[in-house]
Amino acid sequence: MKLLGKLDWSAIPLDQPIPLIASGVVGAVIVGVLVYAWMKGWWPYVWHEWITSVDHKRIGVMYMLLGCVMLLRGFADAVMMRSQQALALHGAAGYLPPEHYDQVFSAHGTIMIFFGAMPFVIGLMNFVVPLQLGVRDVAFPTWNSVGFWLTAAGALLVNVSLVVGEFARTGWLPYPPLSELAYSPGVGVDYYLWAIQISGVGTLTTGINLVTTILKMRAPGMSYLRMPMFCWTSLASNLLIIAAFPILTATLAMLTLDRYLGFHFFTNEAGGNPMMFVNLIWAWGHPEVYILILPAFGIFSEVFSTFSSKPLFGYRSMVMATLFICIVSFLVWLHHFFTMGAGGDVNAAFGIATSIIAVGTGVKIYNWLFTMYGGRVRFEVPMLWALGFVITFVVGGMTGVLLAVPPADFVLHNSMFLVAHFHNVIIGGVLFGCFAGYEYWFPKAFGFRLHEGWGKTAFWLTLAGFLATFIPLYIVGMEGMTRRLQHVDNPLWDPWILLAGVGTVIIFLGVASQVVQLVVSIRMREQLRDVTGDPWDGRSLEWVTPSPPPTFNFPVLYDVHGEEAYWGIKQAAIAQERLHDEPDYQPIEMPRNSPTGFVTAFFAASMGFALIWHIWWMVALAFVGAYATFVVFAWRDEDEYEIPAEEVARIDRARRATRSPEWLATLGPQA
Amino acid sequence: MKGISMKGKAWVMAVTPLLALTACSHQGVLDPAGPVAAGERTILLNSLVIMLAIVIPTIIATLGFAWWYRADKPRGRYMPDWAYSGRVELVVWSIPILVILFLAGVIWVGSHDLDPYKPLPSEKQTRPLEVQVVSLDWKWLFIYPEQGVATVNQLIIPTGRPVHFSLTSASVMNVFFVHRLGSMIYTMNGMVSQLNLQADKPGTYYGQSAQFSGDGFSDMNFATRAVAPAEFDAWVAGAKGKGPALDAPTYAGLARQGTVAQPFTYGTVQSGLFDQIALQKIAPSAGPQLGRAGPHVSPRTPAQ
Repeated sequence: MKLLGKLDWSAIPLDQPIPLIASGVVGAVIVGVLVYAWMKGWWPYVWHEWITSVDHKRIGVMYMLLGCVMLLRGFADAVMMRSQQALALHGAAGYLPPEHYDQVFSAHGTIMIFFGAMPFVIGLMNFVVPLQLGVRDVAFPTWNSVGFWLTAAGALLVNVSLVVGEFARTGWLPYPPLSELAYSPGVGVDYYLWAIQISGVGTLTTGINLVTTILKMRAPGMSYLRMPMFCWTSLASNLLIIAAFPILTATLAMLTLDRYLGFHFFTNEAGGNPMMFVNLIWAWGHPEVYILILPAFGIFSEVFSTFSSKPLFGYRSMVMATLFICIVSFLVWLHHFFTMGAGGDVNAAFGIATSIIAVGTGVKIYNWLFTMYGGRVRFEVPMLWALGFVITFVVGGMTGVLLAVPPADFVLHNSMFLVAHFHNVIIGGVLFGCFAGYEYWFPKAFGFRLHEGWGKTAFWLTLAGFLATFIPLYIVGMEGMTRRLQHVDNPLWDPWILLAGVGTVIIFLGVASQVVQLVVSIRMREQLRDVTGDPWDGRSLEWVTPSPPPTFNFPVLYDVHGEEAYWGIKQAAIAQERLHDEPDYQPIEMPRNSPTGFVTAFFAASMGFALIWHIWWMVALAFVGAYATFVVFAWRDEDEYEIPAEEVARIDRARRATRSPEWLATLGPQA
Repeated sequence: MKGISMKGKAWVMAVTPLLALTACSHQGVLDPAGPVAAGERTILLNSLVIMLAIVIPTIIATLGFAWWYRADKPRGRYMPDWAYSGRVELVVWSIPILVILFLAGVIWVGSHDLDPYKPLPSEKQTRPLEVQVVSLDWKWLFIYPEQGVATVNQLIIPTGRPVHFSLTSASVMNVFFVHRLGSMIYTMNGMVSQLNLQADKPGTYYGQSAQFSGDGFSDMNFATRAVAPAEFDAWVAGAKGKGPALDAPTYAGLARQGTVAQPFTYGTVQSGLFDQIALQKIAPSAGPQLGRAGPHVSPRTPAQ
C-alpha cells in the first residue's frame, strides 16, 4: 500500500496553465494576507475574536464572507463558461477542452448553490434572527461555530480540487451512471461527495440550531404571530433544511457506497437503478430552492415595509403563504424530469402541484405591492434591489410555471431556456435578496453605512447585465439549444451566445462596483458612521441595539407588545419625547469562545481529503482527532463567563445617549 | 377613457415580446415541423399568454405604486397604519388561484394529449415507422428493424407518417431531442422508453442529446432528414445490403467511447440487437480506460 494512497505528482496539473496560474495567484494572495496579518500582529485578535467566536453575529459575518468569496469564485467559472461558448462557434475549439469545461460548469453550480448562496443566506439568518427575536444568542452557540467551520471545510475541499486532482465532470448533481466509478473513475466525483457531505452536516446543525432558537428563545411577549416576517421565513427555511438535507446525505452516501465499496444502488449492473438517484436527489433539490428563496422573501418583506414607512401588508396572509410554500415544495420534485416518460397522469399531477406553488408566491408579491400602497417609498439601495427583484422574479416565476406545463417542458427541458429560468429566480430572487439584506444590515454589523452612489451603480449594472445575459439565453433556448455544450455547432445560436457574453461583461462591472463600494465605504467610514443604531428608521428589534451591537445584544430583554416590537417602543418614545426609563442592569452570562468548530473542521477537511485519495491511515487519524475534539469540548468545566452589571450599564448608557430627543423629533415621514 | 388606454397599452406590451420571440425563433421550438411540436407550441403560447395577462399588470403596478408613493414627491395619501384589508386579501388570493385553476386544466389536458408514449393518429391508417434508438458514448445509433438497416448520427424518416421510437442507452443517460419535431425523452441503460413523432414538412432538422453525458457530449448531435415517402424507400433500397454490417462485434467497436466525424450507414443489422442491448444481454459499454491519458481520461487521474 502506498503511503499517500492514489496521490502522486500526476495529480498536479503542471501541463494546464489556467488552473495552475489561477491557483498560484490565489495562493499568493492568501499567503500575502496571512503574512501581513502576522506582521501587523493581528493574529491573536483574529483567533480570539473571530475564529473561536461563538457569537452569532460574528459567525453570521464569517458565513457571509465565505459566501462572498465563493460567489466570486463561482462567477469566475461563469465568465469562463460564457467566454468558452462565445469563442467556440463554427467548429472553433475555444480555450477550454471538454474535460476542463465539464469541471468548470460542475464547479460553478456546486459552488454557487452550496458555497455561495447557502452560506450567504445562512449568514444573514444567523446574524439577524436572534436580534429580531430580541435574544442574546442562538440555542447552541458552539454548535453554530462547528456548522460554519464544517461549511468552510467543504468549500476548502472544492478549491483544493483545482490544484490537486480534478473536480467532478458530471454537472452539479452527479447523475449516475455517469457519476459511477465505471464512467467517472477519477477523484472529481469523490471531491464533490465529501465536500457536500461535510458541509451538509454543517448545514443540518445550523438548521436544527435556528429552528430551536426560533421555537424556544423569543423575547418575552413575542408570540409566533408577533415575529418579524424574516423570522417566519427563516423558520420555514430551516424546517426545510431539517427535512430535506438528510435525503441529500443519504443519497450521496449511497453513491459513495457504490463508488467505494462496490455497492449497486445506482449502477447499470446488478439491478442498480439510476432513476432512483434522480428521484431522491430532487426530493432534496426542489425544497433546496425554497430553502434559499424563503429567507430572501423575508428580507424583501422587511425592506418593503421599512422603506415604505408602513407595516407589512397582510402579515397573517404572508405567514400562511410561507408555510404553504414550505409544505408544497416537497410535492413537486418530479417536474425536474417530466421527460423520463412517467405518463400523462403523473406528469399532470406534478405539473399542477408545481404551478400551485405560484399561488403562494403570487400572494407575497401582491402583499409587497400593497405594502407600498399608501406609503412613503424611499429609493435607498436595499429598496432598489427589492424593486428589481419583483420585476425580474415575476418573469422568472412565469417561465418556471411554463416549464411546469409538461408539454412545454417536453421541448424546453435541459435547454438554455431552463438555464435562463433558474438563473432568473436565483439571481433575481436569492442573490438580489442577499444584496438587499447585505446593504440593509451592513450598518448594523459594522457601524457604518455602505456608500450609496456605488451601491446604486452596482444595482443598475447588475440588473442590466443580468437582462443582457439571460434574455438571449431564453431566446436561444427557444431555438432548441441545450445546456452544457462545450462548443456550439448550430449557427442559428451564435448571435445570442455572443450577446450573452456581452451581458456577462456588464455583470462583471456590477460585481466590480460592489467590491469598490465596500472599499470606498471602509475608507469613508467616519462620514458614513451610523451613530444611533437605527439608520433606516427600522421597525424590528435589531434596530434598538447600537451598531454594531454589543456581545450580549440586549442589556435587558424587551417585553414585546405587538407585531412591530421596536416600532412600538419608538412611537412611545416619540410621543413622550424621551426614552423609557433606564432599566435595572443585571450581570449577563454569555457563552465562552471555543476552538471546537475550527479544530473539528480541520480534522473533517483532512479526513475528506484522505478519503478522496484513499489515504486510509490519515482517515483513521483525522476521525480520532475530530472525535477527541468533541470529547474535550463536552468535558469542559466552564462554558460561560459573566459580563458585570457596570459594563452592561456603561454600554447601554452610551447607546441611550445617542438617541436624543432631537433625534427622535427627526423620525417618521411628515404626512 | 383612462382605463381603456391602459388596457390597450397592456395588450401591446403583452403581444410585443411574443412577436419578438416568434420572429427570432424561426427554426426554433416555435417553428414546428410536425404535429407534436405544433401541439406543444400551442400549449406553450397559451400558457404564456394566460400568465402574461397577470404578470404585465403586476410589473406595471409595482413600478406605478413605487413611483406614486415615492417619499420625495408623494402623490397619494400617507396611511402609516394601513396593513390589512379583507377585500384586498380576497383579491390577492383569488387572482393567482383562478389563473392556476385555468392553467391546471391546460396542464391536465396537455399532459394526456401530448404524452410521448401515446401513438399518433394517422390519416391513411398507415402503421408507424419503427425506429430503435441507442445512445452511445458519444453518438446516436438508429436501427430500422423492419428495413434491416441502421445509421449512425443520421436519422432519415418519411414525411407524413408517424414514427414510433423505442429508445435505450448503451451506457449513461442521454436525452433524444429533435426540437422542431417536438417532445424529447430520456434514454437509459436497461430500460426502453418510447416516443411518437411525425414530420410533416420535408427538411433537415437539428437533433441532439439534451442530457450531459460526458466529454464528447457536445458532438452528440445528428441531422434528422425528413424526406418524401418515395425518397425514403429509395434510400432504404440503396442502403440495404451495402456497406458494413452491424453485428455484435461491430457494435462492441462502435460502443467504445469516442465521437464520430461523419454519419454512416450499416447495410445489414443483426436481428434482435436492440433487445439484447436493452435487456443487458450485451453488457453496458465501458467507460474511460484507466491510465490512458488523453481527452477522454483526465491526465490527472492516475492509474490504479
